[in-house]
Amino acid sequence: MTHSTRDLTVEGLARVEGEGAMHVVITDGEVTDVRLRIYEPPRFFEAFLRGRAYTEPPDITARICGICPVAYQMSSCQAIEQACGAVIDEPIRALRRLLYCGEWIESHVLHIYFLHAPDFLGAASAIELARDHRDVVERALQMKKIGNQIMEVVGGRAIHPINVRLGGFYRAPTRQELRPLAERLRWARDASIETVRLVSTFDFPDLEIDHELVALHHPDEYAITEGRVVSDQGLDIEVSEWPEHIVEEHVARSTSLHGHLIERGRYLVGPLARYTLNYDQLPAVAREAATEAGLGKECRNPFRSIVVRAVETVAACDEAIRLIEGYSEPDRPAVPVEPRAGVGHGATEAPRGILYHRYSIADDGTILEADIVPPTAQNQDAIEADLRKLVAANLELSDHDLQHLCEQSIRNYDPCISCSTHFLDFTVERR
Amino acid sequence: MPGPSAGGPPPKLAVWKFASCDGCQLSLLDCEDELLEVAGTVEIAHFLEASSAIVEGPYDVSLVEGSVTTPHDAERIQEVRRVSRHLIAIGACATAGGVQALRNFTAVDEYAAVVYAHPEYLATLESSTPISAHVPVDFELRGCPVDRPQLLEVLTAFLRGRRPNIRTHSVCIECKRRGNVCVMVARGTGCLGPVTQMGCGAICPAFARGCYGCFGPMETPNTQSLSAALARGGMDNHTLMRLFRTFNATAPAFEAASRARESREGGL
Repeated sequence: MTHSTRDLTVEGLARVEGEGAMHVVITDGEVTDVRLRIYEPPRFFEAFLRGRAYTEPPDITARICGICPVAYQMSSCQAIEQACGAVIDEPIRALRRLLYCGEWIESHVLHIYFLHAPDFLGAASAIELARDHRDVVERALQMKKIGNQIMEVVGGRAIHPINVRLGGFYRAPTRQELRPLAERLRWARDASIETVRLVSTFDFPDLEIDHELVALHHPDEYAITEGRVVSDQGLDIEVSEWPEHIVEEHVARSTSLHGHLIERGRYLVGPLARYTLNYDQLPAVAREAATEAGLGKECRNPFRSIVVRAVETVAACDEAIRLIEGYSEPDRPAVPVEPRAGVGHGATEAPRGILYHRYSIADDGTILEADIVPPTAQNQDAIEADLRKLVAANLELSDHDLQHLCEQSIRNYDPCISCSTHFLDFTVERR
Repeated sequence: MPGPSAGGPPPKLAVWKFASCDGCQLSLLDCEDELLEVAGTVEIAHFLEASSAIVEGPYDVSLVEGSVTTPHDAERIQEVRRVSRHLIAIGACATAGGVQALRNFTAVDEYAAVVYAHPEYLATLESSTPISAHVPVDFELRGCPVDRPQLLEVLTAFLRGRRPNIRTHSVCIECKRRGNVCVMVARGTGCLGPVTQMGCGAICPAFARGCYGCFGPMETPNTQSLSAALARGGMDNHTLMRLFRTFNATAPAFEAASRARESREGGL
């Protein structure tokens, strides 16, 4: 009996953050192997955080990812502040949320226009898109710039902000510094609504996912900076209960670990999960844009995640305007955070999904242990499951077309490979 | 070196990634007001984060982000050099090994105490090294991350065949120019500004914070004198050592300063 084997390999995935490869094997018309291989070099952050001071993770862990440094700063602050029993003042909390909105806008616009849209429009890059649609790309750049400006005014710098510290900020911005941003954000909110309209006209391949959807949930706001960890299948836990529910596995093909829910298996974090679990918390203007774009209260087609990201960009602009308008300078830019022996957990919604940090610190503030679980590591199993399903349903496509569909499917999740690889070190087997 | 003659094909630009956070290449995409203009004057021939179109080398200008940390990357950088007319290392990882060079200070036996789930799956080198440790580099642009205007200046300079105008004196000069109050003098805040190369715009002192050395050592850093002053101000040895040993830990002047403190401290 002769076997026919098709072997699809993409070395060096383009338009993703970091270095990854994809490998699919089809034997006798059956998908026999699907692997998202991450070969980004490990950087061992958890190893060298040990022995550093408890005040350092916001600066150090920011360097895990240049695209979402604020997420690392916010999750690490939250975890260490919890370990030290610090309570954050409301105006500082609002400033943190504003800073985070800046990162969401910057990162989402980058993904929508620069990484993802070219797939739907048959272009290799946004720069190629600009040849025929210069106005659209110019608009995208200006939207992205506003996200960066928020990070510069509140955080001091767009990539690796310098103004974030435990307890809050080194210096709180003045109302006068923030006010000009509001005007530009009103333009950006309109531009985001236009973006929702534009991307909703794309042609979306059919794919319905059944992964358990996991996101932070907050009763009063679209959860970004804090919340309980909930799912569409009944998970509802405090962030501090994370280690009892989620485990990671080290597989040979990857310098990233794969996350699973204990006894429940693969799950998905990110825009689809957030949207589906927190639809009711979206600001009205974002819900209206979603409705106009044909989205219901749930979205389970990962190809439509580009629409959800655009809706979330509307929400982030709207929220940033609200926060700036309601801003009053805090009495102090940071609350004191004194060290004490303990363990703290932090989780925030990075643009790609939940980013979890845990630190164990000594009474003098020395870090004894650090665990970091980035969103892409959690999504790896879901990404592979989608690829398997897509390939099985599209076997008739040529290798070229099938490969393109698979690459597009990976980009649905905006995988941040730089993020996902740093943390090999932290699943330590203790003997 | 002169650029390609007018009327010829546009120069080919390539962007390469080694061990890094992606932040320095993102700085190029963050040039929102200039990106399309730059893209109009070059052929973006290899930039995986931004484009799936790949044009074969050789390339006129290669921007290299990240440090070398794996056997595979040690070979790959040779290939990148071979196909690049000008090779520019961008950022603290590419110019000084980056934050991941903290592994270079860990003794092997200490490392062995940390047991990985499956260390046999990994291929990694003992140390993280800058690009210049492997191949000749035409220019090193500092920063964690690099500064956008400086990145544009360096790129433009190489495309036009002139030397980039990048100053190498200290953050203090930039701080004075910006009109910042000196955080060390006025508040006694520890600051690496006197020994750190300018380029960031002195942002930390502008936010009432001491410089933490993202841009690495300036041209003639007197780290000994600064260390002594910080110690007199009450900073303990361990904190001083960590201050020099973070994002440019293996830049020679900073490494010497942190080792000097470590020998007093008796190890981390």
